[in-house]
Amino acid sequence: MKYEDFKDNEYIEQLVAELNASGTNVVVGKLDDLINWGRANSLWPLCFGTSCCAIEFMCLGAARYDMARFGFEVARNSPRQADYIMVQGTIVHRMAPVLRRLYEQLAEPKYVIACGGCAVSGGPFKDSYCVLPGVDKILPVDVYIPGCPPRPEAMFYGLMQLQRKIKVEKFFGGANRQEKIKKFFEEHPEMKGTM
Amino acid sequence: MYKYNFGTLTTMFDQWLESLMPSWAATTIECVIIGVALLLVYACLAIFYILYERKLCAWFQCRLGPNRVGPWGLLQVFADMFKILIKELISLKDTDKFLFALAPYLIIIASMLVFSNLPWANGLQIVDFNIGVFFMIAASSIGVLGILLAGWSSNNKYTLIGAMRSGAQMISYELSIGLSIMTMVVLAGTMNVSGFVAGQEQGWFLFRGHIPAIIAFIIYLIAATAETNRGPFDLPEAEHELTAGYHTEYSGIHFGFFYLAEYLNLFIVSGIATLVFLGGWMPFHIPGWDGFNAIMDYIPSVIWFLGKAFFISFVIIWFKWTFPRVRIDQMLALEWKYLMPIGMFNLILMTLIVTFGLHF
Amino acid sequence: MATIQERISQLCPSATFEEGENLLVNVPDGDWHALAKNLKEDSELNYDLLSAVVGMDWKDSLGCIYYFTRTSDWSMLTVKVATTDRENPMLHSISDLWGVANFQEREVYDFYGIKFINHPDMRRMFLRNDWVGFPLRKDYDANPELNPIRLNDEINEDDTYSIVEKEDGSLVKEDKKIFGADEYVVNIGPQHPSTHGVMRFRTSVDGEYVKKVDVVSGYIHRGIEKLCEGYTYPQTLHFPDRMDYMSAHQNRHCLCMCIEKALGIEVPRRAQVIRVMMDELMRISSHLLSYGCTTMDMGATTAFFYGFREREMVLDIFEKTCGARMSMHYNVIGGVVKDLHPDFVKDVKALCAIMPERLKEYHKLYTGNIIAQKRMKGVGVLDKESAINYCVTGPSGRASGFSCDCRKKHPYSIYSELDFEEVVDKDAHGDSFTRYLLRLKEIEQSVKILEQLVDNIPDGDICAKVPKIVKLPVGRWYQQVEASRGIFGVYIESDGDKKPYRMHFQSPCFNLVGVMDKCCVGYMIADLITIGATLDFVIPDIDR
Repeated sequence: MKYEDFKDNEYIEQLVAELNASGTNVVVGKLDDLINWGRANSLWPLCFGTSCCAIEFMCLGAARYDMARFGFEVARNSPRQADYIMVQGTIVHRMAPVLRRLYEQLAEPKYVIACGGCAVSGGPFKDSYCVLPGVDKILPVDVYIPGCPPRPEAMFYGLMQLQRKIKVEKFFGGANRQEKIKKFFEEHPEMKGTM
Repeated sequence: MYKYNFGTLTTMFDQWLESLMPSWAATTIECVIIGVALLLVYACLAIFYILYERKLCAWFQCRLGPNRVGPWGLLQVFADMFKILIKELISLKDTDKFLFALAPYLIIIASMLVFSNLPWANGLQIVDFNIGVFFMIAASSIGVLGILLAGWSSNNKYTLIGAMRSGAQMISYELSIGLSIMTMVVLAGTMNVSGFVAGQEQGWFLFRGHIPAIIAFIIYLIAATAETNRGPFDLPEAEHELTAGYHTEYSGIHFGFFYLAEYLNLFIVSGIATLVFLGGWMPFHIPGWDGFNAIMDYIPSVIWFLGKAFFISFVIIWFKWTFPRVRIDQMLALEWKYLMPIGMFNLILMTLIVTFGLHF
Repeated sequence: MATIQERISQLCPSATFEEGENLLVNVPDGDWHALAKNLKEDSELNYDLLSAVVGMDWKDSLGCIYYFTRTSDWSMLTVKVATTDRENPMLHSISDLWGVANFQEREVYDFYGIKFINHPDMRRMFLRNDWVGFPLRKDYDANPELNPIRLNDEINEDDTYSIVEKEDGSLVKEDKKIFGADEYVVNIGPQHPSTHGVMRFRTSVDGEYVKKVDVVSGYIHRGIEKLCEGYTYPQTLHFPDRMDYMSAHQNRHCLCMCIEKALGIEVPRRAQVIRVMMDELMRISSHLLSYGCTTMDMGATTAFFYGFREREMVLDIFEKTCGARMSMHYNVIGGVVKDLHPDFVKDVKALCAIMPERLKEYHKLYTGNIIAQKRMKGVGVLDKESAINYCVTGPSGRASGFSCDCRKKHPYSIYSELDFEEVVDKDAHGDSFTRYLLRLKEIEQSVKILEQLVDNIPDGDICAKVPKIVKLPVGRWYQQVEASRGIFGVYIESDGDKKPYRMHFQSPCFNLVGVMDKCCVGYMIADLITIGATLDFVIPDIDR
């Protein structure tokens, strides 16, 4: 895939435009770049698979696709140490509180990827009495990867889009936690427009 | 005789400082410099080791390993470190906050204490006192306290089981490590680190002590793998049983400390093996081959030391990625029923060999 | 059949009979338990394997259909038990006779609200314990306000009850606790790397030793059986692919065969051969994954990558012909959906050529390892009687010496013409090591089948003529196939409409997870992971 095609993501272009609208401090901006570079290139997944997509995720880790190339391979089993949760598979009513708790156990900064039709919208089980019509009902989702199950290449595409999204984030100004953001803005009212 | 002696350099620096200022000030400045240097080397080695293992494991598994971040993936670990430094530290409800925060520092302090004792090169050693080897064994045992505290204070059943496993494992295998090193102390006749290295000038202890030394080396390798909590003895972590073992509840840089200490401990046990069995920074000499020996002497002693240590680490990493994990009862049986009795007999054998002068 | 009918009416005069696919016995609930005991123990009947329990709602009555199999000649018998009480339906439990009935009856309770008298543990199987209503009943109120998405934890997880029948015939409800107050319960799952999905084992431990395992299921219960009732037959076909995704072809093959049987469609020879080849390829892929996961769960991460290397070859073959790596959707009613890719023969030959030497490599890498052997040999022993009692089929059952290969016992498609062995452990070790090894041996047999067929794919149609709108006649059908993990069964009951009245999937993994408690007690936590890995269950297949 050509890089120009890969960059074709209006949502992120728009995000970048909004962020850069009021300019940014040189020092802070560079520090932000460094931090975001670190975050974007060190995405440790939480092992979380409920069904078919998890098997494709295993293929992603296996030799042919080898997500270790991007540094994604340090899959943590403890949510405290993971960076993003890739919801692979259907989430049903019984699982919903567990998923929600897992999300809350992740340390900031944390990201959510809805992987596969079931996680995006409920997929083929949308009409069921106990299936969640998409995990975005209970979690803030950063990237959606459609497919049933998505091919490993699609998962890579999704993960790289997440990297792009992280790279335009602001650590100084768009801090990790809500209260930090508030505090920061109280101290720096002039930065208000940046995030 | 040896081409590069750092001793002269450091002595010169010391004399220069002494000439400028009173002795106490010179000592203080030296201490600070050494402390900073130690931290730097510690961090650099940890970063190198993480990449080393990731690349090696990729190689064992027909994969490529990190190659996108920086050339050949060299910057991958830096990215990980940046991220882990600014990751949120989660404080938990219903935990012993003091012990919870103390545990990772205990582990990192233990590994640093041992680290500071390694003889890096000819004359490049921080402290050289008469019970150096003994001190290393003692200091490395502090680490187990950190793991036990981490497991206990997290208020989590997985961490508790992990910590208990770890306690049983470390205390057991400490014996084997002690015995195998004692065996070599008998051969060397000293506990002094520089004495150890000097004693291997005519040939490494692994070869000079022949049969008992080789047995001790094998026991040491097995016990050291267990001591560093690496596969096949990674029961305290046991990813597939206890999610992440004793550090399940740690996040951010606290977890980073565990992560770093794991890799540094790998270097440390390799370093001790190098010191005790493979001649420390001594070049490889074959008696009688003077030309060959002279060429070997041209290779700087730092490279000798690091090269040997990396090789032993390679072997231990190889273990990890090949063997399945042992079970707790099998692990204890291996130590108490096999390694320790063999180690004891080996110690007696070595004593006899040294007494009757049967070694090379 | 006549003699069996006579014998049953002799033992239970109140039974009535219906002819059908198998003999169907109608039994009133009062005589049911006594008859069940006779079915199992009477020397003339001796139906020792409970293959399936299907809960049913016939609008005027609720009940169960039981499928029994006799392991001596693999003939089947159907029993129907029903009650007209819809407010408080009760039937007698047979979980004291067949271990497998324990979970199966809990499933029926969960879906239909039928309480089983003398059942030891009447909790819901799949749904939250605060769920309102019984979803598979025809009068279920699907109003989402009754069952919103709840984000609180389930309370009173430990509480259960059973309805005990006293000597005088009165029924008493006894409240029970799963675990005592002083037991140290470790919660393994639902998010755990080694439960192979979202299974949850509440494990009571004494030090490192496992004292009791309580299986909590339903974290991926998607209500497939209810969904099927709302879809037409061709629409239901995409569900079996997603239940046991590692036996996608076999499962779908089974559902297609069941519908074809009901419609009386003859599948063209070419389609039959293609189906069988795809089934065997799927089996290879599944067993390779199982090899990889077993090794990884035991800590030998590297072996996993070697298993996956060959699995990619199989996936390539699927992708070329079916267009997908997983969830292939290849079988359709009457045949297959697309013809083979031109490379198919070449690729299969390459795979067949490479597999024997790769299997040797796996053995070299892992099987001979002293730690692996010490950890698996003699661990998690499941004896043959228990395997039959708990209906543990597939490689796990055969490792216990239970000869249960559906390809040999109920030959379907073209399996009767093929030359292959059923791999059964003759010494009936039933331990983890035998289960692990048996899967690798089965790969050899699958390769053997592929080699026989790859040069003999006949020309012809790939799909029979099928009516545009598939309507099944009134009746009930049950079809079994040998999936990668055991006997997979599909039950269809039709009322003549284009949608099924009831569709039930009898999954092999549901029975596998039922023996976890039996296998693990007395072993260590680390063994629990090994046993789980070698039993090799797929969670979405359990929960459906």
